Amino acid sequence: MAENVTIKEQASPTSAQAARRGISWGWIGVVPFFVFAVAFMIVPAASLLVGSVQNAQGQFTLDNIAAIVQQPDIVAAYRLSIGISLVTAVGGALFGFLLAYAAILGGLPRFVRTGLVTFSGVAANFAGVPLAFAFVATLGRTGLVTAVLNSIGVNPYRHGFSLYTFAGLSLTYMYFQFPLMVLVIAPALDGLKREWREAAQILGASSWHYWRYVALPILLPSLLGATILLFGNAFGAYATAYALTGGSLNLVTIVIGAQMRGDVLNNPNLGYALALGMIVIMAFSILMYSWLQRRTERWLK
Amino acid sequence: MKRASFWSWLWIALGVLYFLLPLIATLNFSLRARRGVLSFDAYRSVFSDSQFYQSFGFSTEMAVLTIIFSVLLLLPTAYWIHLRMRWLRPVVELVTLLPFVIPGIVLVFGLIKTYSGAPFALTGSRFGTNLLLVGGYIVLSFPYMYRSIDTGLRAVDVQTLTEAAQSLGAGWTTILFRVIFPNVRVALLSGAFLTFAIVIGELTLAQYLLGGTQAFGPYLALVGRNKAYEPSALAIISFALIWAAIGIIQLVGRGSPEQRQLGGMR
Repeated sequence: MAENVTIKEQASPTSAQAARRGISWGWIGVVPFFVFAVAFMIVPAASLLVGSVQNAQGQFTLDNIAAIVQQPDIVAAYRLSIGISLVTAVGGALFGFLLAYAAILGGLPRFVRTGLVTFSGVAANFAGVPLAFAFVATLGRTGLVTAVLNSIGVNPYRHGFSLYTFAGLSLTYMYFQFPLMVLVIAPALDGLKREWREAAQILGASSWHYWRYVALPILLPSLLGATILLFGNAFGAYATAYALTGGSLNLVTIVIGAQMRGDVLNNPNLGYALALGMIVIMAFSILMYSWLQRRTERWLK
Repeated sequence: MKRASFWSWLWIALGVLYFLLPLIATLNFSLRARRGVLSFDAYRSVFSDSQFYQSFGFSTEMAVLTIIFSVLLLLPTAYWIHLRMRWLRPVVELVTLLPFVIPGIVLVFGLIKTYSGAPFALTGSRFGTNLLLVGGYIVLSFPYMYRSIDTGLRAVDVQTLTEAAQSLGAGWTTILFRVIFPNVRVALLSGAFLTFAIVIGELTLAQYLLGGTQAFGPYLALVGRNKAYEPSALAIISFALIWAAIGIIQLVGRGSPEQRQLGGMR
């Protein structure tokens, strides 16, 4: 019997050994990571989920979830957050795509592309408080661009513009949105093979035909995916809006922050529901993103 | 081709304008602290503030701790997955991407809710809040760190290196830190510097976990509320820091296709 086992093991020594060691050692190797992830990410997020379906006495209720879609100021906060994220995602995606396209396929010298990617790497990470400062110095009441526009007779602040509103915050978000688009979409543009265009031309396709039937269908998943990524990027942003508007613009993140500082909602459980709502929206967008990403990868080999 | 080039240059010019205008305006503003002349007064004022050094030092400390523990946590995990547990790869990848789903403000809300009461009560002590802060930052660093470590491991033959080390009698710690680590060091740098760039000026977690202006991000916000020209100077300094961090990443990652991964969520 014992001999039998040894013979079997010798027949495929590596796989049997690997399997045995994989079971006993492997778990220990990855346990710290999963313990940490559970303690610092899963449990905190789950605790918000639990809190959002409880009332102040700790009993089960769906009132907080219902309040998200019923209470006017909360609906307004979600609408504002989603609005600003949509505008800057679509705007950033368009502008970023045009930039990346110009630099990669527009027949420009190589250094333009290198410069653009480097700059995008920096700008995509230049966010939060310093970014708000930069835009105050640019488009604030005494900002440089405001002053220049004023000197030629168009003071934007007399025409209903203010940096501390929807429009101003959108312009500020754009500073990290379109560079991110450049970084995300560049590989997809690299994936457009020259042969496809040549093949299309040989078959008699015009430039419009090529875009309509070849390039756009291939790029579409990447474009949509990148736009969703930009949406999530703006939706979760807090520091930039806080530093710029000081909390006067009621984004969901700002409302959650106010909730944590003092009890503005008079109900902490409602705050948990707000946070849960954010996770749900973000999770949905990331799911869409990864689904589109998988569709994209087919063409990127 | 000629027409295409014109439009390309136009878009690039617009992009450069969008990039540079705020920087020029900020630089200009930061030099105007003294009436009528350009001066470095705002910078002088920033650099003479002891709180600047304290908060910057504190945030640097937090960033270094974050990087060290993030590597200690992720390197063995990624190594095991490459070596033995390939089937676990999608799970680990999903977990390291989760921070994208949980915004900073939500993460800190959850951390406070979970660890402020019994049985942990971590928010009561300095050590406890710092622990939560570094823990939160490690979570935020997951997407970048894991990706850079994974890239590094893909580039070396983990299996052969491990077997060679084993046949020479090396134990697991020796293999991890004296064989694998040196091989992925360069790839690690990009994750490390990106983490540094994220942590150094981070506002959300620091503001709600620590309160006050102990960390650099909240200090920046405070200066923004109270001073006129110093914020611009600080913005320029921050931009230079990020530029340095990204510059180093691009320098060490030159030629590797994976460097495009950089620049995720802010």
